[in-house]
Amino acid sequence: MQAKRVVFPHRLLPALLVAPQLAVTAVFFLWPAAEALWQSTLREDAFGLKSTFVGLANFRDLFADPDYLVVIGTTLVFSFAVAGLSLALGLAAAALADRARKGALLYQTLFVWPYAVAPAVAGVIFLYLFEPSLGPLARAVGPAWNHKLIGWQALSMVVMAASWKQVAYDFLFFLAALQSIPRSLMEAAEIDAAGPFRRFFTVSLPLIAPTGFFLLVVNLIYAFFETFGVIHATTLGGPGLSTTTMVFRVFRDGFIDQRLGASAAESVVLLLVVAALTVVQFRFVERKVHY
Amino acid sequence: MPPRANLRAIALHAALILGAAALAVPIWLAFVAATRASADFVAGDVGWLPGPHGFANFWTVLAAGDSADGLPPAWPMLLTTLVVALLIALGKIAVSLPAAFAVTYFRFPFRSLAFWTIFLTLMLPVEVRIVPTFQVVADLGLLNSWAGLSLPLIASATATFLFRQTFMSVPDELTEAARIDAAGPLRFFFDVLLPLSRTNVAALFVILFIYGWNQYLWPLMVTTEPRFYTIVVGIQRLALAADEGTAVWHYVMATAILALVPPVAVVVGMRKLFVRGLVETEK
Amino acid sequence: MAGVTLRGVKKRYPGGFEAIKGIDLDVPDGDLCVFVGPSGCGKSTLLRIVAGLETASEGTVAIGGRDVGALGPAERDVAMVFQNYALYPHMSVFDNMAYGLRNRGAARPEIEARVAEAAAMLDLSALLARKPRELSGGQRQRVAMGRAIVRKPALFLFDEPLSNLDAKLRARMRVEIRALQRRLGTTAIHVTHDQLEAMTMADTLVVLNAGRVEQVGKPADVYARPANRFVAGFLGSPEMNFLDGEAGPDGRIDFGALGSLSAGAGARAPVSRKVVAGIRPENLAPAEGDGPDRLSLTVDFVEELGAARLVYASREGRRVVVHTAAHGGWAPGAPLALTAAAGDVRLFDPQGGAALG
Ligand SMILES: Nc1ncnc2c1ncn2[C@@H]1O[C@H](COP(=O)(O)OP(=O)(O)OP(=O)(O)O)[C@@H](O)[C@H]1O
Ligand SMILES: [Mg+2]
Repeated sequence: MQAKRVVFPHRLLPALLVAPQLAVTAVFFLWPAAEALWQSTLREDAFGLKSTFVGLANFRDLFADPDYLVVIGTTLVFSFAVAGLSLALGLAAAALADRARKGALLYQTLFVWPYAVAPAVAGVIFLYLFEPSLGPLARAVGPAWNHKLIGWQALSMVVMAASWKQVAYDFLFFLAALQSIPRSLMEAAEIDAAGPFRRFFTVSLPLIAPTGFFLLVVNLIYAFFETFGVIHATTLGGPGLSTTTMVFRVFRDGFIDQRLGASAAESVVLLLVVAALTVVQFRFVERKVHY
Repeated sequence: MPPRANLRAIALHAALILGAAALAVPIWLAFVAATRASADFVAGDVGWLPGPHGFANFWTVLAAGDSADGLPPAWPMLLTTLVVALLIALGKIAVSLPAAFAVTYFRFPFRSLAFWTIFLTLMLPVEVRIVPTFQVVADLGLLNSWAGLSLPLIASATATFLFRQTFMSVPDELTEAARIDAAGPLRFFFDVLLPLSRTNVAALFVILFIYGWNQYLWPLMVTTEPRFYTIVVGIQRLALAADEGTAVWHYVMATAILALVPPVAVVVGMRKLFVRGLVETEK
Repeated sequence: MAGVTLRGVKKRYPGGFEAIKGIDLDVPDGDLCVFVGPSGCGKSTLLRIVAGLETASEGTVAIGGRDVGALGPAERDVAMVFQNYALYPHMSVFDNMAYGLRNRGAARPEIEARVAEAAAMLDLSALLARKPRELSGGQRQRVAMGRAIVRKPALFLFDEPLSNLDAKLRARMRVEIRALQRRLGTTAIHVTHDQLEAMTMADTLVVLNAGRVEQVGKPADVYARPANRFVAGFLGSPEMNFLDGEAGPDGRIDFGALGSLSAGAGARAPVSRKVVAGIRPENLAPAEGDGPDRLSLTVDFVEELGAARLVYASREGRRVVVHTAAHGGWAPGAPLALTAAAGDVRLFDPQGGAALG
């Protein structure tokens, strides 16, 4: 990690300047993270009075629990569905807006505002839209719609609510990437007699592939973590386990069922997931810098 | 323009407007619901066009409340949300500007350690450490407090990284000129660095304000007293009631509109800053 | 007012690279001293050591007789003009010039008087309210100068301040800076890699190469009597012609098939020895008659400069350039005989390149 070539010679001052950040980091990040690690090796007795060290037993139990495996599956389906849907729609809209010479800024506004809507609020709105036999979209589908009973419908609903917001984000980045392609490159392709679709698939798309990959990672992180609000405000993980994601399960085990050891072990698993995703993201960003 | 190109342009804009409209449908329907009366929901007859009860509903939700349906007025929650969003945005900026300044413009013992410690926080979203963080905050006696609401969200390092990047792009010669002009580090920070980073600070403020306004899980955990309820949390309590069969969807949707109008207004009003902030944080 | 003294100055960068390899130098009070040398030779590094922006790894720096090794750049009473000017982009021209005075606690009326004075001197009075981005390149350059002179420092440090200007403006600013420095009488160190700028501006010329001083002296002296082959080649454009030859006891240099030239008394050696002869392009002329001092070549091509022309000629792969005002009607392929006065033939040791005689 490099500093400036030109630096100030002081020593005490910088320590004072980083102190607040380090203090909050230590108290609200490092300590809880260490706590999670420690607790993932403990198990409480039935009355929550005593806890004993059980080593990796919580993790063994976790992966032996068929419910948890279902939760992992749900999380993967949910996350990739959200990422795929918002990437596809965001890219389509961005490709169109990039070609519209006039009004690009207007379209930027028209597509980007959903980003500002809280996931929980988006969830509540979709909950209304799909309220069986009452919500306008549920009525449009007909009596076959009942997400309160039918798992895949509940999952589709939360996927839609979560993607709706993320489309805006992907649109913005794809548009920025498309607009940063030098005009001369597209003109060269035009002179080479490539039609607009051919140009898009053979020139634009390869050039913005890095952005697409970066967005995939960001979308996955979003779907894994920030969508808690969508699920908590709508289905509460149900019906059954059909919309219980890993984060939701941490919450349920930790706060509702008070299974602290299990919840901590699940936190540690999530921590590894996010660490892996962050490393992928940074390695990729670094590569991009070297180009 | 030749007619063919003309036709193509029209099709393009039509597709874009259609897409934008589709994106707005959920909010439109929520708005329609917010203008209907309770009876419309019971009759299952809400439709796609607004009804005549908009003003009454918004007034009830915002100011009057409705004790029959257990609905508190929303304005205190809006106020709480505003305070939380400002605390988080300003707090984060206040903590990360000096930290970024320190790791960029000084060499001091354990600088790398400090940097990597801060870096680590990027890997620990609040959702991952939620249970132990809750315990820590409880142990510190910060449940139901402004500090408890905001501090754990202030700590993350994204802002520090953004500012570091901004500072790295400030030419070294400016620092040298300032040193020759007898400016010490703090004077340089306030007279040169901060004015030069103004737009970046503003852009980040917009992003962080929205981030703070939309917080959900954490406020849900640490607040049990109604005076600390944020609107985003309050709406979920309301929705659960509506879902259970009480026909208050018009109130729920009115609250939802109230909850989303401020951040959307910020994004639309400061689109340029917002886009810049967003694209740069993620670089 | 202050001279600058460097003793045994060395600089090793953190990576271990030794950018300055031991420099002793005296810049007299009131002098305009120019550091010149190829890119990467350590000019900026040395200047920044004097400014206090870098610390020397070894050796001492004194300004006005005072050892400044322990002082920061603000305490050395120096002002610097940077290559990219380093104007504060968010401050007006006035504030850019006033900033250093304010930080030193000068009173407001005094600041205003001094800025007004400097602005008048540099023709900036009408621009004081503007921001740097609203100025032309030449105006920015003058603001950077103004920021330096308002402070009335003991020493000016200029790091390639003219390199971002176009050729015409550069020529004019060269003269203006020179005149300004004379008028103020302030010692100045000016860094450039442009040998023409160095020649025209310097009282004292310091030629640097690879972290060492190659030669110090008045520009004309250094040009006429370069201490070694590097200095001889670096100053002058087109570059001096270098030809391998053999010096005999009679003071003649034999260039084999090309012919021979006499090189004056200094070239006499008791026994024949190999030398490198250096002859500047303007010192070569077409040979008249058929004296013994001549080089026989073939014209390759001619570059027309208007007032003069450059004739490129060669023989057996050995090339020379002639800068001449004569119109010879030379055509490629034509034979060309050249001669040079004995005093204009400089001799260098083929090993190491030190000047001989
Ligand atoms: N911070 C540094 N760390 C390591 N090496 C450096 C550093 N700064 C400069 N150098 C090296 O020191 C040598 C001298 O650099 P300096 O900037 O003094 O050259 P210069 O003569 O000013 O060249 P130019 O005419 O291109 O400005 C160069 O080889 C350069 O690569
Ligand atoms: Mg330099």
